[in-house]
Amino acid sequence: MAESKELQVKEKQEMAPAAEQTRPGLVFTPRVDIFETDADLTLLADMPGVSSDNITIDLNEGVLAITGDVKPWEGPDESDVLVEFETGKYFRKFTLPGTIDQQKIEANLQDGVLRLRLPKAEKARPRKITVNAG
Amino acid sequence: MFPRNFIKLPGFGTIDPFAEMAQMRRHMDALSDLFLRGSPTAREISAGVFPLVNITENRNNYYVRAELPGLKASDLDIQVTGKSLAISGERSIPPEGENVKYHRREREAGKFSRVISLPGEIDNERIEARMTDGLLTVVVPKSEAARPRQITVS
Repeated sequence: MAESKELQVKEKQEMAPAAEQTRPGLVFTPRVDIFETDADLTLLADMPGVSSDNITIDLNEGVLAITGDVKPWEGPDESDVLVEFETGKYFRKFTLPGTIDQQKIEANLQDGVLRLRLPKAEKARPRKITVNAG
Repeated sequence: MFPRNFIKLPGFGTIDPFAEMAQMRRHMDALSDLFLRGSPTAREISAGVFPLVNITENRNNYYVRAELPGLKASDLDIQVTGKSLAISGERSIPPEGENVKYHRREREAGKFSRVISLPGEIDNERIEARMTDGLLTVVVPKSEAARPRQITVS
């Protein structure tokens, strides 16, 4: 489908902070894919530069918050020649339906892409209802 | 301070209303940037070709960095000719199965190709590239002649 498409530049979305930050720095909104199957909800987020020990996933009262810290990768002796993109934290929040089994959430970060699997609680899975011809 | 090319008269070429809209949007963006931050930002000087790159230098090397989430080293092709570095590749997002229903779909897949000209002479033989956490870093050593030399005044 998207095989032949050329990737276009998309500016990183800077987030308007909900509360004032205690630490200075830019905060960006990661781009996400969210999809669901009958058994679970999956969230994929592009967070380049974030390593697995710099990511925080927090679920509190049905609000899922993802924070990814990017350590500056420039060496101390490097000076800028060209700056096309800026770096900073990633932050995004989602409200989750109350049907997620919070104990079974799985997270995996690979090549700067976070994959979160949020399994649905047993009772929330759709059931097929057969209509009996009578 | 104020960009002089803010209002551009339409040319006599082909008229594409969408291109004009896009151009207008860029101008609006540039304007709001100007007011919100008071200084030209990265986007105004960016080449507009994916991937965006940052280049830094120190005494010995140039460092070219790009954010390429989801890409592995094998998805990339990097070539060097003279002073220019060509980075091309393809990001593929594998399908997630038959029965998935999407709520959001913001991540994009596709091909890209870009050439970056480095400002000084480089040593083509010792270029190193690595991918870590979706971040490409290309270390391009400066050629002996391009490195700054300390001259002692006796």
